[in-house]
Amino acid sequence: MDLIDVQEIRVPSARSEIVIGSSEKILAGGTWLFSVPETGLTGLVDITRLGWAPVTRTASALVIAATCTVAELSRLTPPALRTDPVRAGSGYESHTDPYALFWHCANSFLASYKIWNIATVGGNIALALPAGPMISLAASLDAEAVIWMPSGGERRMPVADLVTGVMRTALEPREVLREIVIPFASLDSRTGFRRIALNDLGRTGTLVIARVAPTGETVFTVTGGTSHPVQLRFDGMPSAPELQERVLAIDCWYDDAHGSSDWRRAMSVRFAEQLRLELA
Amino acid sequence: MKFSVNGESVEATPAAGQVLRTVLRDLGQFDVKKGCDSGDCGSCTVLLDGEPIHSCILPAHRLEGVEITTVSGLGSPEHPHPLQKSFVDAAGFQCGFCTAGMIVTASTFTEEDLDDLPRLLKSNICRCTGYRSIKDAICGTSNTQTPASGAAAGRSVRAPAGLRITTGEEEFTLDVRTTGLLHLAVLKSPHAHARILSIDTARALAVEGVHAVLTHRDSPATLFSTGRHEMRTDDPDDTLVLDPVLRFIGQRVAAIVADSVAIAQRALALIEVEYEVLPGVFDPHLARQPGAPLLHADKGSDQRVTAPERNVLAEMHGEMGDVDAAIAAADAVATGTWQTQRVNHAALETHATRGWLDSDGRLVLRTSSQVPYLVRDELCHIFDLEPERLRVFTARVGGGFGGKQELFTEDLVTLAVLRTGRPVQYEFTREDEFTLASPRHPIRVSVTLAATADGTLTAMAIDELVDTGAYGNHGIGVMFHSIHESISVYRCANKRVDAESVYTNNLPSGAFRGYGLGQVIFAIESAMDELARTLGMDPFELRRRNVVVPGDDMVVVEPHAETDLLYGSYGLDQCLDLVQDALAGFPSAGSSDVSPAPDPEWRFGTGMALAMIASLPPRGHYADATVTLLASGDFEIGVGTVEFGNGTTTVHTQLVASALGTTVDRVRIRQSDTDVVKYDTGAFGSAGVVVAGKALLAAAEKLRALMLERAYSPGADSGGRGSAPAGLVSGEDGGVSAGLVPDEGGGVPIDLVSDELVEGGGVRIDLVSDELVEGGGVRIGDRHFPAEELLAAGPLTASGRHDGTPRTVAFNVHGFRVAVNPATGEVRILQSVQAADAGTVLNPEQLRGQIEGATAQAIGTALYEEMRLDGAGRVTTTAFRNYHVPRFADIPQTEVFFAETFDALGPLGAKSMSEAPYNPVAPALANAIRDALGIRPHELPMSRERLWRLASHATVDAASGEASGAAE
Repeated sequence: MDLIDVQEIRVPSARSEIVIGSSEKILAGGTWLFSVPETGLTGLVDITRLGWAPVTRTASALVIAATCTVAELSRLTPPALRTDPVRAGSGYESHTDPYALFWHCANSFLASYKIWNIATVGGNIALALPAGPMISLAASLDAEAVIWMPSGGERRMPVADLVTGVMRTALEPREVLREIVIPFASLDSRTGFRRIALNDLGRTGTLVIARVAPTGETVFTVTGGTSHPVQLRFDGMPSAPELQERVLAIDCWYDDAHGSSDWRRAMSVRFAEQLRLELA
Repeated sequence: MKFSVNGESVEATPAAGQVLRTVLRDLGQFDVKKGCDSGDCGSCTVLLDGEPIHSCILPAHRLEGVEITTVSGLGSPEHPHPLQKSFVDAAGFQCGFCTAGMIVTASTFTEEDLDDLPRLLKSNICRCTGYRSIKDAICGTSNTQTPASGAAAGRSVRAPAGLRITTGEEEFTLDVRTTGLLHLAVLKSPHAHARILSIDTARALAVEGVHAVLTHRDSPATLFSTGRHEMRTDDPDDTLVLDPVLRFIGQRVAAIVADSVAIAQRALALIEVEYEVLPGVFDPHLARQPGAPLLHADKGSDQRVTAPERNVLAEMHGEMGDVDAAIAAADAVATGTWQTQRVNHAALETHATRGWLDSDGRLVLRTSSQVPYLVRDELCHIFDLEPERLRVFTARVGGGFGGKQELFTEDLVTLAVLRTGRPVQYEFTREDEFTLASPRHPIRVSVTLAATADGTLTAMAIDELVDTGAYGNHGIGVMFHSIHESISVYRCANKRVDAESVYTNNLPSGAFRGYGLGQVIFAIESAMDELARTLGMDPFELRRRNVVVPGDDMVVVEPHAETDLLYGSYGLDQCLDLVQDALAGFPSAGSSDVSPAPDPEWRFGTGMALAMIASLPPRGHYADATVTLLASGDFEIGVGTVEFGNGTTTVHTQLVASALGTTVDRVRIRQSDTDVVKYDTGAFGSAGVVVAGKALLAAAEKLRALMLERAYSPGADSGGRGSAPAGLVSGEDGGVSAGLVPDEGGGVPIDLVSDELVEGGGVRIDLVSDELVEGGGVRIGDRHFPAEELLAAGPLTASGRHDGTPRTVAFNVHGFRVAVNPATGEVRILQSVQAADAGTVLNPEQLRGQIEGATAQAIGTALYEEMRLDGAGRVTTTAFRNYHVPRFADIPQTEVFFAETFDALGPLGAKSMSEAPYNPVAPALANAIRDALGIRPHELPMSRERLWRLASHATVDAASGEASGAAE
């Protein structure tokens, strides 16, 4: 929708040109920003023309630019692993290859592939909705966020810690999420994915990703059902009671039109146990 | 900046925060629709450099050098894209508002994508069809035909708007340019109950571009109801255009008229209002207790408010026989309390009105309404205008479902145009649709049924509590209708009804498909299912033993009451058989292929429910219609009925083409305009075919007689005149020859009394075209009289009228086979079957579409849709992303069966069938889920969380919204 208070949109082409005023916001894809009235928002700084390569690789990591579109990200999953996500809650065709997660997390958007053409990975993370599937993806793979500070430096923190609550992040004013760094170590793991919504293909009720590293370390990441990402780490595969106890101990179950907290908790317990058996 | 639209280079200078959708519409590209303006519904889909995107969320500053393709860029009516043709051939649209976005999206699909449609169409909402016909369209399956002259009735004719819809040419309400247009924005009440102590508009009025600020000081003092019916006295006078007392969050406090929406909206913040906040009440049960805050204490019986001292808008209490005694003596009793939720109509075109003064200074309103004539009449009442000073019309309307049987935007536009003298537009946002428009009434229904061991129903007790919200629009009518056909479909000696419709400080409720019946049928049919279980009897058999059959009075609690509701036909018995047989035949070719994983967790069940509905509303429903012969041999029809996906217009062309021995493409339509015909009560209560259709058929029959008469008359021809063969003017047409008046050459319509023509105690009109009238002319033997010749002696127009009485009844039975996973609450519909008794089926594909669409909407109601309020009057689900309208992935294929009946009262034996198929769906699904789970759901929607909770006996999480949701 038209944002009626916006008077200026600036499109910097270099970092030095990024200046963000107090009643201004960073604009990436814009698929969220332009979907709700933004009263009092007077300006936008469009970061999509900074020339950031969407996906790059370093010696140790896969680097996803904040402005990488969801469509570009989803193509990281090889076609053979792009299985039907309709019935993700039950009867889900499972892949233990972590590269399947890009596709499954893209399909965890309420929004369709048409939105993926515009929406960005960084925008979804910085928006910090519980159901943000890029948060699920990045947190479950222990990705780090690279953040440009207004002073000119940069800092890093785990995406799982960056998102602190419903539409709340650890980003300071005028900081810019530059990229997320997924260590290859995470992508050498075996993973499993479960998701349910109140309707097939709907907005996430809860989403659980389990990851077993070559070292044996096992991480269950719960998103969607919680107000911020929750990671349960174990040195090895936990027992059923041990895992259930940890899931039940989560204290930030979310409650909204996409699921009550009791249902989300129960579904998370169920999925964690299914994944435990699947990856054992 | 420069970019291209459909291959043509354009220049535009968008505002800083503007999106592509509004840029395109500013350029006159009206084929790009606004459904939600938030990226959720897909109506605005365009191709950007070949990729489909939602133009409503694409920032316009990125457009430099891009190529945009809209649906009209894909093809034209002369050279349609294959999909544009197949959407017409498949009958792949009803209202057609989503169609442009649907076709643009599908235009990018590959052959392999056809297996992936649920995923690829997940952000394309269609509220009308139920998606089966859209799938057919995308896959190239044709469901329609092109019948020969005179053979249109009874065949699957394509909608007349066909290619205009699919190529984006058809105009909806706002798809036209008006120069000098002003826009209106509303300051909404932040309080659920408050009084305006002072309001200062000076600062807002001083803003450049603001033309007027309207407050309660500008409002006419005439009370009215936003709900509209034939008789204005059916509804309470409890509403003002602008009221100094605010009774729900969002109610109009003031309105600003300005050069643009943005200027008007920004100026709202400058209106200074001082409120006295009043206590509110949000639970209809508490609202009628002593001491509750009163909403309309200043009104009373003069305003048709029954008991304002306890917030009761309407009530009905009655008993026949002795219910308590019958229950005490019964062999089996079933009882329970059921609760329904608020459901949003979610018509994809939001409410909107554009108004202006024409060259004669007459006020003209172009509005998204189901009832243009009722809007005109009520505005004349409110603003003290003569009917000649006000014209109200609609273009094609993008969906209604009852939600546009209201006066939500027209009154403010009237006030604004009269004040400024300028054209003014008021367009609802999608959020307005959730927070200002009236949803389906939430109703609590307690039912007790009793029966003897042989399954004879001996007692029915219904206790109903309706939350009408802050205003009474439809709160009276819905309550009375809700307890009528739902109860009177059963023969039972002892019946008791206690019903109350109660004011609260919640959003006002309104008319919704089924008009209250669905809520009570959900409860009664659930209770009937329980009773069958208690008796150990098959649920079909229990119904057969107790449903009314022709000869039985249809009784609520008053035996032998005078009524105009008759059995024009009866097909309930067939419907029960058809559904029972189909369920027994599972799996069949038509069954859904959606099956759960072979997981021992899943449980399986079947369920059914029935519904009866009167073919149209009581106490009068009037329609005038005209048919005119044109020199080209085409016919022009004038009819008041609005087209909003109801398909009535298609049927109207079929009726006329059949009566006049022509093809539907020769029938031109003028409709839904107070200037076109004298009167039409409106398109609600499923009246479009059975009232306006009858008027039109009468007019067509008369015109046929007039054409024949003209061929034999002196003025028609110099040579070939013969004598009228015996039987040319048939017995029923006696009224025609008697009423024939000489044409005075001025084109004055020949007004004839119409009713006896087609009624005559249910005379069946011969469907076979008279060979003497064909191709817009008359043939007598070898002699052909073309239209031009017939018109030589003057124009030929005939008119017809119908008054909507007597009425008949229609029936629907739905059956489901489901799998339910108690561990998650998921429901898979394995089979969905509906049988409908619609009398003569005038257009099988369209009727199938209505039933599928109603089933889809009802599945939404039953499983997904829920408007949530915070318990203090604030709606928290204000966008499609938080209110789940069924998508392609959610809707199984429904097998549709038709009973073979012929109605003595309807046109060519047809009955209405647009609300009715919605009503049995939720209880049938609830009964199937009960069968699977062993536990009965009592609350809608039967969401995954609720079913999981039922199945796991988990206690309600106190922190969740459930408790407040249930208490509403």
